[in-house]
Amino acid sequence: MKQNKTGENTEGLRVGVFICDCGSNIAGHLDCAEVTKYAADLPGVVFTKENLYTCSEAGISEIQNAIRENNLNRVVVASCSPRTHHPLFASSCAQAGMNPYLFEMVNIRDQCSWVHMGQRDIATAKAKDLVRMGVAKSTALEPQKDIESSVIRKILVIGGGIAGLSAAEALAGMGLEVLLVEKEERCGGLMLGLNVLETGKSAAGQVSDLAATVAATSGVTVHTASRVIEISGYIGNFRVVIETPAGKVEDTVGCIVVACGAVPLVEEGLFGYNGKDVITQMELEQRLASGSFKAARVVMIQCAGARNATREYCSRICCATAVKNAMIIKRKYPLAEVHVLYRDMQMYGDEKEQMLWDARGMGIKFHVFDQKKPPRVGDGKVTFQHAVLGETKEFTVDLTVLSTPLVARPESSQVAALMRVPCDKNGFFLEAHAKLRPLDFAADGIFVCGSARYPVTSVEARTQGLGVASRIGAILFKEKLVKSGIVAEIDQETCVGCMGCLNVCPYEAIIFNRETGVCEVKEILCKGCGNCASTCPSHSAVLRGYKPEQLLAQIRAI
Amino acid sequence: MLDVGRHPNIELMAYSEVEQVEGSAGCFKVRVRRKARYVDEAKCTGCGACREKCPTDVLDMYNEGHSTRKAIYSWFAQGIPSTHTIDPDHCRVLQGKKCGVCQKRCEAGAIDFEQKDKIVELDIGAIIVATGYTVFDPGKIPEYRYKDLPNVVTAVEFERFLSASGPTHGHIDRPSDILARREIAELEKEESRLQKTLARYEEKAGASSQSVFEAFAAETAPPEQQQWMEKYREYLPLTEKLAALRSKAEGFTTAKRLAFIQCVGSRDLRFYPFCSGFCCMHSIKEAIIAHEHENATTSVIFGMDIRAVGKGFDEYKVRGGNKSNITYRRSRVAEIVNGPNNNPVLVYEDTQLQKVVREDFDLVILATACAPNEGMKEMAAILGIELNRFGFFKTRPENPLDTTREGIFVCGCAHSPMDIPESVAQASSAASRAVQTVTVTPAKLLKIS
Repeated sequence: MKQNKTGENTEGLRVGVFICDCGSNIAGHLDCAEVTKYAADLPGVVFTKENLYTCSEAGISEIQNAIRENNLNRVVVASCSPRTHHPLFASSCAQAGMNPYLFEMVNIRDQCSWVHMGQRDIATAKAKDLVRMGVAKSTALEPQKDIESSVIRKILVIGGGIAGLSAAEALAGMGLEVLLVEKEERCGGLMLGLNVLETGKSAAGQVSDLAATVAATSGVTVHTASRVIEISGYIGNFRVVIETPAGKVEDTVGCIVVACGAVPLVEEGLFGYNGKDVITQMELEQRLASGSFKAARVVMIQCAGARNATREYCSRICCATAVKNAMIIKRKYPLAEVHVLYRDMQMYGDEKEQMLWDARGMGIKFHVFDQKKPPRVGDGKVTFQHAVLGETKEFTVDLTVLSTPLVARPESSQVAALMRVPCDKNGFFLEAHAKLRPLDFAADGIFVCGSARYPVTSVEARTQGLGVASRIGAILFKEKLVKSGIVAEIDQETCVGCMGCLNVCPYEAIIFNRETGVCEVKEILCKGCGNCASTCPSHSAVLRGYKPEQLLAQIRAI
Repeated sequence: MLDVGRHPNIELMAYSEVEQVEGSAGCFKVRVRRKARYVDEAKCTGCGACREKCPTDVLDMYNEGHSTRKAIYSWFAQGIPSTHTIDPDHCRVLQGKKCGVCQKRCEAGAIDFEQKDKIVELDIGAIIVATGYTVFDPGKIPEYRYKDLPNVVTAVEFERFLSASGPTHGHIDRPSDILARREIAELEKEESRLQKTLARYEEKAGASSQSVFEAFAAETAPPEQQQWMEKYREYLPLTEKLAALRSKAEGFTTAKRLAFIQCVGSRDLRFYPFCSGFCCMHSIKEAIIAHEHENATTSVIFGMDIRAVGKGFDEYKVRGGNKSNITYRRSRVAEIVNGPNNNPVLVYEDTQLQKVVREDFDLVILATACAPNEGMKEMAAILGIELNRFGFFKTRPENPLDTTREGIFVCGCAHSPMDIPESVAQASSAASRAVQTVTVTPAKLLKIS
C-alpha cells in the first residue's frame, strides 16, 4: 500500500499532473521536463505530461483523454494564474467525467518562473515544491456539487438617462420585464439640459422620445422622482425597495443595472468661474438653447479642473463638446472670435477628428497651453503661455467657457453601498475588468453603463446601455443559475453560536438560527472568501475545497 | 477565445468566408465558403507533429515576417480551433512536387491533400459584422523610409518583439542586428562547407592550401590544382568578411533608446483624416513594457496630442512619464534618415526653440493607422450595406450598432477605430440588438399582425 508523507492512505488515488511550458514563459526559466519527471514519483501520481500550452485545445484534449484512459480521479495542472485558467481546466475535467472540484491548480508562472528569471535551478526547485504541495492538496480534496438557484426575469435599472433608457429599451425588446427608477421628475438625465448633439438634432428631444417609447413599452414600469433605498439578495433573486411619491414599493428582480450617470463640475473660483462671464460648457449649452447667448469674443479653456493633482482623469467628452459648441457659435455668428485653449485635443475616432478639421476650417483657433502654466482669467482678458510657440498671448474676451469634467454624482457612493459594489478613487463605479468586462461588476448579476462608470458621449452611453442588456439576457434566459460549490459550511454540532463569523461576512451570507442557537450559511450568497473559517474559534466554519485538512496536507508537503 | 470555442451555443467556422446573403432580418440565407485546409478538422488534434517535419519555411506573418513558420501551420499556438492548415501557395505537394512528409507523420490521419472548399448554406436571424481593421502600410509614406531602414518598425512588429513567444523571445533586438546575425549564420554554413572541401584537397595533396596558393602565385604549382585554388580564392574573402561581421556583432546591444511616432497614416489628409483612437495608449504601453523588460530603456513619444481618453488612461500616461522614462514630445516628425550604426535619425522641429533638430535612436516604432480592411467594400456589397465616408461600415448615432440594412449590426473597428474596452462593450450591444431582432415580443407580433 502506498502512503504519502503524512501517512495517509493513497490507495485508489489516481492523480494526473500536467506541467505547462506556457511557450517560453515557464519553460524559458525553469526545467519543465525535470519537474514533470519529478512529479511522476509523487505519491498517488499515475500520469504526467508536459505541454507547450496546456490551455490550448490540444492541451485540454490531452487532459480529457488522460482522465478517460487512465481513470484519473485527481488532476493537477501546474501553469499560470488560477484566476484566469482555473475555470477552464476544471470544466474541462468535468466534461471528461471527473468531478471538477477534484481539480487543483499550481501557479508556476506568476509565482515562480516570472519571479526567478535567470535563476533556472532555484526556479526548477521551487516549481517542484509547488507541484508537490499541489499534488498533496489534491489528494485531500472532496467531490462537491454545484449550487443551483432560480431566476426572476425582471431587471432593476437605476437611472433614467440615455444609458438606463437604452438598457431598458433593449431588455424589454428581449421580452424581459424592467423596473426603471429615476430620481428626477422626468427621465432623460443630463441630455435634457443640453442644446443640440453633434448631428444638429435636439438632445432633449432625442432623449425624451426614447423615454416616451420606453415608458410605453409593455413590461416596463417607470418610477420617477423615486429612489432605491434597499437592495438585498443575490443574482437571480434580488429584493429591492423603492421609495416613490406614492409610498414604498417592494419587488424582486433577477439583475440590476447601475446607470446613474455623472454631473459636470461646477467650482466657484475655478479660472474665475462666476456663472456670468466665466461659465461652464453646460451653462453655455443652456444659453445657446434658450437664445440668451451674447458674446463676440469667446475663449474656451479645456481640462478646467481635470487632469490635475486633485482630479487626475481625462473626462473624455469635453473636447468634443467644446468643438461642437464652438462650431455652433461660429456657424450662427461667423464674425465671432472663438479660441479654444487646450492641452491635448481628445478628438478620438473618425467623426470627432473630422469635426476638428472642420472647426479649423471654419476659423476657430486652437492654442495649446502647458499644464504647469495654466491660463489666467480676469478683467475681461485671458492670458496664457503658448506651449508650441513659447510666447505669452492675451485675448480680450466677452465670455470664458470652462470645459469642466464630468464628476461622479455625490449620491453614487450611497448607490454603491446598497449593492456593496466598489467605486474608484474618483467616485466612478469600478467595473470587473477594465478591458474585458467593462460593463460587469465583480459581483454577479449587477452591471454598469454610461457615465456612472466613466464619462462617455451620448452615443457611447447608448451603446453601453444596449450592451448590458445582452450581458443580462445571457443570465436571465437560463432556466436556472449554477454557481460554484466552493462555499462555507458550519458544523451544526460544534458551533456555539458566538456569531463571530456573522460579523466578518461581507456578503451577509451567514444567519443566526434562533431556534437551534447556531449559525448557518446561505450557500447562494456565499462567495467563498473564507473570512468565517479563519474567524471561527471552534473551527466549525470551514470553506469547502480549503478545509483545514486540505490546506494542512498542502503545507505538510513543503 | 477558448470560452467561445467551447460554448455549446456557438459554432465556430474559422477559415471561412461569407459569399452571399439573401432574405431579410429574421430569415437571412447565408452562403459560406469553408476554405480547404487540407487537414480534416474532425481528426486533427493540433499536436503539431506535422509541422515539425515540414521541409518548407515560409515567413510567419503572425510575427510580422520576423520569423518563419512551416507550410503546414497554425496561426498561433493558442488559436481556436487548433486545427492545422496547409498553405497551398507553399506546400510542395499542392505545388505539384514530391513530399507528403506531414501525411506520414500525422498519427491521426488528418492530412487530406484532396480536400476541396465546401459551400455551406445557413439560416440566420441576424448578422453581426466584426471584421476589424488593417494596419496601415507605412511604406506609403516616403519620408519615413520604412522599407529602406531596418530599424524602423511598426507598432505591431514591436508588439511581437516584446512578446515572450515572439521572434526575439521578448528581447528588443534591433532588426538590423538580427539580419546581420542571420548573415553570419549563413556565412558560417558556407565557411564550414568550404573548409571541408579544402581539407579534402589538403589531405590528398599533403600540403596546406596556403602553401599551394603561394606556389600558384609564383606560377610553380601544377595546373591540376586549379580547382582547389578557386575554392581557396572563394574561402579567403569569406573569412575576412565573416571576421569583420563577427567583430561588429560583438558590439550589438538591444535597443535602449526608442522613439515612437504617432499618427502614421492617420490625422493625415494624404491617407486617413481620422484619429485611430488607440495608438497613443498602445505606444505608451509598449514603452512601459520595454522599460519593464530593460530598465535602461528610454522612450520618446512624438505626437501632436497624446490622446489618453479612457478610464485610467491619462493616469497611465502620467505614470509612464514619471516611472518608465517616457518623454512626450509635441511634434510631427518630418523625416527619418539613416545614421551611423544603422541608427535611424529623426528630423523634427523643436517648436519652442524654433529649430530643426536631428536626433538618433536605436529603434523607431511607427504607430500606424487603423485602416479600413481592403475587403470591406466587397463585404458591404455582399451584405447589402453601406460604408461611411471613412470606409468603415455606416451607422447612425441614434442606433450606433445598426447598419443600413435591418438585421445586420456592426461592432469593433469595422464600425470605427476604437480600443479594447469599447470594442467589448460594443460587441455586447451588437449582441443585444441581434437578440432583439430574433426575439418575438408582443410588440413585434402586433407589428406583424
